[in-house]
Amino acid sequence: MTNLALRKDPYNIVITGVGGQGNVMASRVLATMLVRRGFRVTIGETFGMSQRGGSVMSHIRVSSAAVWSPQIPKGRADLLVALEPVEAIRVLADYGNPSVKSLVNMRPIYPVGVITGEADYPAPETIRKAVAALSETACFLDATAEAIRLGNPIWGNIIMIGAVARLGVLPVNRELFAAVIREGMPASRVEANLRAFAIGEAAVA
Amino acid sequence: MSMDRGQREGDEVLLMGNEAIARGALEAGVQVAAGYPGTPSSEIIETLSRFAETGKLYVEWSTNEKVAMETAAAASFAGLRSLCVMKQNGVNVASDFLLHLAGSGTRAGMILITCDDPGALSSVNEGESRHFARLMEIPLLEPADFQEAKEMTRWAFTLSEEIRNIVMVRSVTRMSHASGNVILGALPPAVRKAEFLCDGAVSDPERGPVISAPVIEKHRLQQEKIRKAAAIFEKSPFNAYSGPERPELLIITSSACRLYSLEAVSLLDAEDRVGILKLGTTWPLPPALLKRVLSTTEKILIVEEVLPFLEEQVKILAAEQVREIGVKTFYGKNDGALPMAGELNPDLAMAAVGRILGIDPPVLSSAYRKKLRAFAGLAPRREQTFCPGCPHRASYWSIREALQRDGRGGFVCGDIGCYAMASLFPAAGFYTAKTLHAMGSGTGLASGFGKLGSFGMDQPIIAVCGDSTFYHAAIPALINAVHQNANIIFIALDNNGTAMTGFQSHPGIDINAMGDASPVVDIAALCGAIGAKVVVGDPFALQETRETLNRLMEGQQGVKVLILKQSCALSPEKKGTKRYLMQVDDALCRGDACGCNRLCTRIFRCPGLLWNREKKKAQIDEVICAGCGVCAGICPAEAIRCEEAAKS
Ligand code: SF4
Ligand code: SF4
Repeated sequence: MTNLALRKDPYNIVITGVGGQGNVMASRVLATMLVRRGFRVTIGETFGMSQRGGSVMSHIRVSSAAVWSPQIPKGRADLLVALEPVEAIRVLADYGNPSVKSLVNMRPIYPVGVITGEADYPAPETIRKAVAALSETACFLDATAEAIRLGNPIWGNIIMIGAVARLGVLPVNRELFAAVIREGMPASRVEANLRAFAIGEAAVA
Repeated sequence: MSMDRGQREGDEVLLMGNEAIARGALEAGVQVAAGYPGTPSSEIIETLSRFAETGKLYVEWSTNEKVAMETAAAASFAGLRSLCVMKQNGVNVASDFLLHLAGSGTRAGMILITCDDPGALSSVNEGESRHFARLMEIPLLEPADFQEAKEMTRWAFTLSEEIRNIVMVRSVTRMSHASGNVILGALPPAVRKAEFLCDGAVSDPERGPVISAPVIEKHRLQQEKIRKAAAIFEKSPFNAYSGPERPELLIITSSACRLYSLEAVSLLDAEDRVGILKLGTTWPLPPALLKRVLSTTEKILIVEEVLPFLEEQVKILAAEQVREIGVKTFYGKNDGALPMAGELNPDLAMAAVGRILGIDPPVLSSAYRKKLRAFAGLAPRREQTFCPGCPHRASYWSIREALQRDGRGGFVCGDIGCYAMASLFPAAGFYTAKTLHAMGSGTGLASGFGKLGSFGMDQPIIAVCGDSTFYHAAIPALINAVHQNANIIFIALDNNGTAMTGFQSHPGIDINAMGDASPVVDIAALCGAIGAKVVVGDPFALQETRETLNRLMEGQQGVKVLILKQSCALSPEKKGTKRYLMQVDDALCRGDACGCNRLCTRIFRCPGLLWNREKKKAQIDEVICAGCGVCAGICPAEAIRCEEAAKS
């Protein structure tokens, strides 16, 4: 497939969330779409003990020419996709810069310390304010709520990918997504994924 | 989304480093693959097992790394290409056999793949396997991107056959668990037939016995092989220099660190000042190549993880050739240009290059940094814990209760698996485990502690051990404890699978890595057979477990075995299903008000239980709760109710 122009080379994407949210799957789908477009893509993943409640972060580097390091240098994210709100803040603290675009799913997953009443979880308004202040553009979604309406919270990750497509910063779209999903998944799951993607597209005005 | 049989030669696909390694082995015609699971290496055997086929490719999860290497070696001796896979510390386990294998040599191509974990992202050590290559005198290859991971693995078999010895390929977490573009090659159709030719003389490498004796003679032969490898490496395309003809600074690097180095130079805009020598063949180093490149400059920075392995080799070569190449200044680990512990990244590499060349690294605007400071500390820490419904939380709860009741200061010797979190994080296992070392060491340490009674030690001693760890290395320690009559309680936390690394099979499970039915080695029967007293229980039965433990602590001298059986909450048979529907009765929950001081949420800490700040009561989070029913047994007010869920 044709290699469309990137806004920056390498273009750096961070997808972040908590173990069990489908972070790895989201980064693989997005990266596979970009490989189809003819780019060289590197995904770096930090998912050591992630299934047990830890933060998970994928770094995606997209380039038309070279293989880049699986770790994005500090302060160099171009796009942040957060499946969980405080994870957005955590990532911006390390990788944020004045031109990063942020997409944030606002459904919190409370850390154990918050569950037990020892630590505080910031209010949604505080999170929005922080993300907006640290990003060039910020977009907040209720992807989990939409996904539950669709039948399973796990589709929140695909809703976020739909939103990424709509942002217009990467050469990916619904047709490409459908092609990748059809190849990588049993037919029974394709329909729900396409619906999730469409919801994400619609959520970004 | 991963590599499958449908993909063809010439396809450009996104592969994880471990999948690229597996693909390289397949393209080389590997016929036997064995390993022991361990992050970040497990996906290699998992990927190969999807391609397994009777008579074409045999894949196994062995009981431990030494057995995996022996299994692969047998195939090599019988004329089949083979590989064994392990994480860094697995090489320690296999090393005794490796020493002898390197001495005896191999026949068909055999490779050892090790995946190191710089930064200990999912390990309790930062051990390095590269040093084994030098110690055992075998060649070492390190891929620096995904395509190369495939090509190098494939070529490693050829090299192994050329020098008739095992070749080591070393990856790291940031290669193994990262993904990138790979263009696939062809899969060979031919399959070799297995036969061990052993009717020749000792000196016959084709038909003689495969042994490491006569030792001195074989050792000399082995060193000849290494010299041959060095000569081959002189021309290897895996070593490449890029940069100006006479760079101000030369970076010598390998593996993922090559990508960090490239990025550092690019961030500093220093491409016309810095050259990079990327080495793929990192032991033995090709001396002529090094001499040539070292001659081009005076300043050399070595970027590698974790210990100064390349750095020391390069310094030796430079010292030997100082007359010809002149005096050099070296930067790296020894002078502190780069940290000697922990993993590297582009920023650390950039800082080092910047300092040497006097370039200030680019920084964010002060206005943005001010904003960052304003929002610092907003995100609460996310500590790791056992999954909701994890049997380990219940087991440790009972152990903690039993030890408290006993009151003699007893403790747990921990081991490797999810249950190791009991020594690492407060939200997992209540800090009951007080030692944590190698696979099976909890039992060995307990055996030792259990003999200290004659010196006045009367603390009860408990060893915990998961099912996979039991087969891997705990059995000899347990036999020792029985034979020495050590006074210990050995608890097998049997959750029916290698949960930590993704449910690989082990000898306690009735299917193997290829998905075929296989005989089960029963933990209880084995413990009984070596003469230990065995009790089997369900960790979810809290009171019963606690009482059993107290009874065993008071009981007579010797080894007492308690097997706590309950499947992992993420096991395929349990995941997504709830046995009970849980509810907290607000009227009964005492909350902050009295007595329990929020025992359930503050101490027990299952993520399925929330503390509702408005109501000041505990509350079940229905999305997260796995419905195991255990918390009902810990609430002293009986406020947590459980009701059998309807079977769907
Ligand atoms: S994966 Fe299984 S054993 Fe590990 S913490 Fe989760 S429930 Fe427990
Ligand atoms: S029943 Fe209780 S202990 Fe079990 S998962 Fe739910 S909240 Fe946790």
